[in-house]
Amino acid sequence: MSERIAAERDGAVPSGGRPVLEAEGIVVEYGRRPALRAVDGVGFTVAAGEVVALVGESGCGKSSLARAIVGIEKRKAGTVRLKGDDVPTLGLRRRSSAMTGMQMVFQDPNSSLNPRRRIGDQIGDGVRAALARGDRGSDPADWLRRVGLDPAMVSRFPHEFSGGQKQRIAIARALAARPGMLVADEPISALDASTQTSVAALMRSLSVEAGAGMLFISHDLSVVRRIADRVLVMYQGRVVESGVTETVWQNPLHPYTRALLAAIPLPDGAGRLPLAPAEADRLAWLDEVPAALERTTA
Amino acid sequence: MGGIDLALSRGGIHGLAGESGSGKTMTALAVLGLLPGGMTASGSIRLADTEGPGAGSDSGFTELVGAPRGVLQGVRGRRVAMVFQDPSTSLHPQLPVGRQLTDHMRHHLGLGKPEARAKAEALLDRVRVPDARGALSKYPHQFSGGQRQRIAIAVALACDPTVLLADEPTTALDVTVQAGVLQLLRELADGGDLSILLVTHDLGVMSAVADEVTVMRQGLVVESAPRQQLFTAPRDEYTRSLLAALPGSSFEQAGEDAR
Ligand SMILES: Nc1ncnc2c1ncn2[C@@H]1O[C@H](COP(=O)(O)OP(=O)(O)OP(=O)(O)O)[C@@H](O)[C@H]1O
Ligand SMILES: Nc1ncnc2c1ncn2[C@@H]1O[C@H](COP(=O)(O)OP(=O)(O)OP(=O)(O)O)[C@@H](O)[C@H]1O
Ligand SMILES: [Mg+2]
Ligand SMILES: [Mg+2]
Repeated sequence: MSERIAAERDGAVPSGGRPVLEAEGIVVEYGRRPALRAVDGVGFTVAAGEVVALVGESGCGKSSLARAIVGIEKRKAGTVRLKGDDVPTLGLRRRSSAMTGMQMVFQDPNSSLNPRRRIGDQIGDGVRAALARGDRGSDPADWLRRVGLDPAMVSRFPHEFSGGQKQRIAIARALAARPGMLVADEPISALDASTQTSVAALMRSLSVEAGAGMLFISHDLSVVRRIADRVLVMYQGRVVESGVTETVWQNPLHPYTRALLAAIPLPDGAGRLPLAPAEADRLAWLDEVPAALERTTA
Repeated sequence: MGGIDLALSRGGIHGLAGESGSGKTMTALAVLGLLPGGMTASGSIRLADTEGPGAGSDSGFTELVGAPRGVLQGVRGRRVAMVFQDPSTSLHPQLPVGRQLTDHMRHHLGLGKPEARAKAEALLDRVRVPDARGALSKYPHQFSGGQRQRIAIAVALACDPTVLLADEPTTALDVTVQAGVLQLLRELADGGDLSILLVTHDLGVMSAVADEVTVMRQGLVVESAPRQQLFTAPRDEYTRSLLAALPGSSFEQAGEDAR
């Protein structure tokens, strides 16, 4: 399975022309006196058919950035363009039909799903959004099958599902809208390895085929390595390292990226605790390492 | 689901892995009598007594299946604590984090206000919630997903439980922060006073801290073995396929070849 994903990745030639998503100088702050700056000037682009992963310390601002990108979190500064059009900051419900071309899967699946509606109807919302933009329709039950759930479950309510099943329903709802840009915040964090692999492959192949872009936030570095063309590593509100996934992986330059890759627990059965970074090491993570940004394969 | 046999040894970490939807969460909820409406548990779930006449002996236990509400309420949060898979279930949205930690301590442990606050702050510090003191007066929605998950762990540990049911407690954590939480769980278990049921789909996490591992699929236990045996000589086909899907496991190569 992993090989299949890799093969697709090499085949994905981002089409020239304009990126699907352009974000520039994004700043997000919470509260006042003193304000907490959760996102501190982040910019990046996502090309058609490209998967960009966003990784970083818990609390470093990934979800805040994701919400600012889709326009449901107020941006203190910065601009976001979807296929050239400015993305306004509005509630999800008030978005124009063009903006339904960008879909978000929330970190907490309960935020993506309405507890009082049957899941088939909610996936149907996605289908209707696609139709409203003149895109192809689809059958909600079929989406359930594609994410590894029983199609007969369309008439159930969200609370009747396990954590990982809810995550897959949220993904089905977003994919049914046939987004040109998908922002997915820890979308498969609760899935076992084999379900994770197949759902990640589905998400990736749909974006690649449709020429859509995807921003994939994840703590699971092995999944990131398998599905992302490029990776952004964030620490305390800033991007500290970025570039082609394999390049960053093979030779991380920023000390935070290094610490991250060193702390992955190996499934070797040896009972070894991964190394928790020392307090003193964390200071160095605030350093800027210009060479770590925009890394290419070279 | 049927016929799940699990034993937590004192000071041990028992890992529970398996397919999404296989019944891991329901197994943990059954212990606390918290199964959703329409589901009932049969069989037997025994919690060893740590005080009272039978403590330490085979006869000194509390039966939890079908136990009266009063008994279960006395057990929940005090002797057996749970970190829910969805942190929003563990935390009350309208109460400041400090209250959620200290209310339990004051009620169950009889601590005074300042002592409870000091203990709460220390716990938040241990799970690396930034600015632990300031965090006490904030509300859950003011934290990131992973910070909420760590607060939920702190709340579960607040009353020094003897059993911790931790359902995917590190899914929202990056591996550097996760390493600290795993160290904490291991230390608490090694201290001998805490037994942990650790539900995780992450076999790297499992390999790092679990002493025993049980694998579930479709409501059944397919395999249960000491950690090293499970990882190096899995007996069940499904366990093998899980390990084969992983980078860095000794089965990766074999798995790719088989395809
Ligand atoms: N309230 C409910 N009513 C009916 N069925 C339910 C309910 N809650 C869960 N289930 C079903 O029970 C089964 C076991 O669910 P459980 O939550 O224990 O799975 P899990 O192993 O924890 O999965 P995950 O890893 O995805 O969290 C699932 O197939 C689920 O669909
Ligand atoms: N609504 C809010 N009010 C105040 N502070 C907030 C709010 N939401 C997030 N924060 C703070 O902003 C920072 C970034 O949070 P964010 O949720 O973006 O992190 P994250 O990278 O997604 O973390 P995780 O991996 O744990 O989900 C955190 O320190 C958090 O406490
Ligand atoms: Mg987040
Ligand atoms: Mg579960």
